[in-house]
Amino acid sequence: MTADKAAPASGSILVVGGGISGLTTAIEAAEVGYEVFLVEKNPYLGGRVAQLNQYFPKLCPPSCGLEINFRRIKDNPKIKVITMAEVEKINGSPGNYDVSVRINPRYINENCTCCGECQKACSTEVASDFNFGMNKIKGAYLPSDLSIPARFVLSPKIIGTEDAKKCKEACKYDAIDLNMSASTMNLKVGAVVWATGWTPYDANKIDNLGFGRYPNIITNMMLERLASTSGPTCGKISRPSDGKAPESVAFVQCAGSRDENHLPYCSYICCMASLKQATYIREQYPDAKIYVFYIDLRTPGYRYEKFYQNIKEDKNIFFIKGKVAEVSEDPGTRNITVVAENAVTGAKIRQNVELVVLATGMQPNTALAKHPADLAYNEDGFIVNDFVKGGMFAAGCANKPADVVSSNQNATGMALKAIQTLVRR
Amino acid sequence: MNKKYGVYICTGCGIGEALNIDGLSAAVKKARKTAKTHPFLCGKEGVEVIKKDIADEGVNAVVIAACSRRVNTDVFRFDGCIVDRVNLREQVVWSHPKGDKTLEIDHTQMLANDYLKMGMARIDKILPPEPYKLDNFTRKILVIGGGITGISAAIDAAKVGYDVTIVEKEDKLGGYAAKVRKQLPVNQPYTGLVPPIISDKIRELASFPNITVKTSTMVARIAGQPGDFTVTLKKPGEMIEFDVPFPLPPEMKVDSNGKELDKDKLIELYKDYNKGKNDILSFDPNGEKFGAVVLAAGWRPYVPAEGEFAHLGFGTIADVVTNDQFEAIAAKGKILRPSDGKEAQSVVFVQSPGMADDKDFEYTGSVTSLVALKQAKYVRDDYSDGKAYIFYQHMKTPGLQELFYKSLQQDPGIFMTKGEVISVSKNGSGLVVEADNTLLGEKIQVKADMVVIGTGMVPVTVDDPVINLAYRQGPGFRDNAIFNGYADSNFICFPYETQRTGVYAAGCIRRALTMEESIEDATGAALKAIQCLESSNRGVAVHPRYGDMTFPDFFFQRCTQCKRCTEECPFGALDDDEKGTPKPNPTRCRRCGTCMGACPERIIGFSDYNIDSIGSMVKAIDVPSTDDFDDPPMRILGLVCENDAYPAIDIAGLNRLQFSADVRFLPVRCLGSINVIWIKEALSKGMDGVFALGCKHGDQYQCHFVKGSELASIRMKKIGEALASLALEVERVAQFEIAIDEFDKVPKIINDFVKLVTDLGPNPLKGF
Repeated sequence: MTADKAAPASGSILVVGGGISGLTTAIEAAEVGYEVFLVEKNPYLGGRVAQLNQYFPKLCPPSCGLEINFRRIKDNPKIKVITMAEVEKINGSPGNYDVSVRINPRYINENCTCCGECQKACSTEVASDFNFGMNKIKGAYLPSDLSIPARFVLSPKIIGTEDAKKCKEACKYDAIDLNMSASTMNLKVGAVVWATGWTPYDANKIDNLGFGRYPNIITNMMLERLASTSGPTCGKISRPSDGKAPESVAFVQCAGSRDENHLPYCSYICCMASLKQATYIREQYPDAKIYVFYIDLRTPGYRYEKFYQNIKEDKNIFFIKGKVAEVSEDPGTRNITVVAENAVTGAKIRQNVELVVLATGMQPNTALAKHPADLAYNEDGFIVNDFVKGGMFAAGCANKPADVVSSNQNATGMALKAIQTLVRR
Repeated sequence: MNKKYGVYICTGCGIGEALNIDGLSAAVKKARKTAKTHPFLCGKEGVEVIKKDIADEGVNAVVIAACSRRVNTDVFRFDGCIVDRVNLREQVVWSHPKGDKTLEIDHTQMLANDYLKMGMARIDKILPPEPYKLDNFTRKILVIGGGITGISAAIDAAKVGYDVTIVEKEDKLGGYAAKVRKQLPVNQPYTGLVPPIISDKIRELASFPNITVKTSTMVARIAGQPGDFTVTLKKPGEMIEFDVPFPLPPEMKVDSNGKELDKDKLIELYKDYNKGKNDILSFDPNGEKFGAVVLAAGWRPYVPAEGEFAHLGFGTIADVVTNDQFEAIAAKGKILRPSDGKEAQSVVFVQSPGMADDKDFEYTGSVTSLVALKQAKYVRDDYSDGKAYIFYQHMKTPGLQELFYKSLQQDPGIFMTKGEVISVSKNGSGLVVEADNTLLGEKIQVKADMVVIGTGMVPVTVDDPVINLAYRQGPGFRDNAIFNGYADSNFICFPYETQRTGVYAAGCIRRALTMEESIEDATGAALKAIQCLESSNRGVAVHPRYGDMTFPDFFFQRCTQCKRCTEECPFGALDDDEKGTPKPNPTRCRRCGTCMGACPERIIGFSDYNIDSIGSMVKAIDVPSTDDFDDPPMRILGLVCENDAYPAIDIAGLNRLQFSADVRFLPVRCLGSINVIWIKEALSKGMDGVFALGCKHGDQYQCHFVKGSELASIRMKKIGEALASLALEVERVAQFEIAIDEFDKVPKIINDFVKLVTDLGPNPLKGF
């Protein structure tokens, strides 16, 4: 009989980060039968993938999988979601951690029905972080269409203004609490999975690539938002300087990655992301010319290779092996000239385009701020897993650069690593 | 269940302003139920009203007419009660203008009325689920494959107390990991090669008393279902009566004219085809019981066909070898040339077959680039003056593996360049490699002692189903062809989902992976196996309907043995007997309802989702005729997939997009569950059109149940005959695809169809 010794469902798991990796770890563990706390710093779940228009290589919307995952959460009382929250302190040892979680004020309580009256009443507009500042949104807003929890949020920028009062007056459900302040929640858990994800490498730091100086140089993540129906342009890809439909686009690969001055490693996803984004452009602009400047095209495995081979058939997409050295802008047209050397022929290339997309890489959030926990990091800030010690694990891109499918594989496994910690007690 | 009804109408979020609530209450009264209204039903007081009725009045069948069921899920969950959520908010008042009372017809009010009636009709017809309990249940996990992936999966499952058996067809454990000289780093900092870790893993494995190892063993068949598999094991090469039977190949099922043979003939042929093997429904009395399976059977080296890489000298020049052959040489000791045993001090690695294409060899991945780097390092380790040249098209070392690549770039004896190898030829006892378009010049020549071609890792599922499931649909995973023969999942979000519940693939059988990646993948597969076991034991479904306690119930007296349910189930959950009567295997089932949609006799249903419950909802829709109005509005039924289409409609409402109020949406678990009878009923009661709205299908299918939307489209096409018998145009029935993020397309899809139907004119059956 094995009935008694197998995986007793006792002890709980803390998952930090509600992006695709954290969601996966949390849900997979809960569906074995464990209690899970899912802590997310944003007012919504979904993380980085919520900002993506489509996944490669299927070209399917991430919201499809998020919706299923959100339903799994809504249907499973074992998962407790805590948004706008960050781990402040963590003490203890594997099997027995005391965690204090700081919950930042949302200014909107559980009475919110998402009716939207506060948004109508609010006149202040704030830059949308979700859309990388490319548009403005009301100071009272629903973070996303699939928002979980389904609850509005007030921007801290309107707190203390007349607008905040107007929002409060407009609410029929007494859902707005302007006096809400940060609070602390204490949790006792047996294992912790850090799925704190990544941030796009700050393109402003790559001086030679002109980001921030020339409006028509954008990042790959900005292009995801421009291509998304829920994005700042409702899905129309247009260049920032004048809203024009671009007739020519250059993708600059390894913008920061594989570069000793920036990120020494490869960011894993950018080659496939640019190929995918080429399909976005092609869909909207059948004749646009697309130039991809690369060091290597990393499309490993049959599925990615097949995707690349299909795109190669497109006669208006040009692949150039060569690292972009500099960019310049024609102040009249605001077009960009991309300068590179073709590594095979040695020819110097000056390519004039209407829009440039920098394939910026991923930097773990832990490279920017370490967690208040006893964790080991590599030189680049990724969390190094110590399975011998156990107790705390990193999942997804907190551990290494990875695509979504690998992150999900990894995150599923980390659910079991966490459970092992609980069972070992 | 003795039902006591309670109907609650929320008037918040604009519902009360847009609708005539008294009118709705009257409709509830007409159905001999009582309605209560509340201005803020999801608030504490509102919920308290319901809870009080449950406690004091014994209400146990609750209809909540408020917001979408996708929100406030926890708020409106009442233990012991069945609940229906009528979506008056997102799909009525937020997506339609407030009715104009001065006009004859208030379309929005009619829409709300119908939805409320549909909700009440449904609650009449459904029952709370009772979980399916297996008669026998075992927690043991079977791991197929004793390489690094299988061993890792076994250890990970054993650590949490599960009994595990590993079967390995070779006479010892270790797989390829035991055959390498050194391996790639499995940990940070990823800079140097490490000695093989497999012997440590095997030692660790041996320390678990709950792991059983069976070498020189393979799976003859796996019969039964998750939680209760009966597995027959055998020695490789043995022929036994419990070898799995194979379904007849399609070409054997037809006569010389291509016509399907009759049932008796098919049975005869099948028996002949599987002579000496027991049918799938006869279980091995000596079989071992397992609850779930991890498939980690791995890969075999690619064997080039004769002359396949002639330009590279493979097959004609002894010193041109594959990376696998090179590894075997390296594992034996110093690298020596196969032709004459001379030291191979200069080795060229070719990563792409060339021929004016930048593709790598078949079945490769980043691991192939990494292996070339690793083997280049062998040359350098063996000979202080050794030289390694790597010709690649794209050096594929993604992520942190780049750090390994970088560490080798510092080595002055390793030369790496993009380039196309055009030819390899003999030059005395050595070789000359000619390459074009390299970073070092257009045409270059390199002298070498050996050439290594970077061929791929073929998943063993290309040759053999391996899992040998005793399932009527066949022994392997279906549709591996889409994935080039890999046992891969089509789902990016859910990489462990396969079309066979309880069997989870890991390692190189799903794509070419490094050992580090395989070890990681093994842990995930072990988790999924455990999860499936525990869910089977609780009588609940696994992904994507985890927790669903319903399962398909069959009214066998009326079964005509047409076999459609068995054939169409995306998960192979049904096995039919010789007569064609289906045998359900509830723990294989994922609760999509495709069987219910397939059944022409309508004998399959779930306690809360069945032919009658949906049919009654269709019947509850009012179809106005000229008896009611001079110009009656159209009535169209929209059967929508609850996973993507329904949320897309909700999001359209959330964004206050407006669309025709002539359509009545009815959510279905999957388009595959749509039974044609509902469409016929809708049309014969005078509805003017019916459409299904669901996920994309084809090779890049987005359907969460793999086949549902595809099967629906086939059935929709076949419905033409039935329409003709009703003297109706085929255009009145349609299917549209929508992805969840295409909410902006909802109004156009709906309005265009309404226009199309309007142009056809009213259904002539209306009013009869």
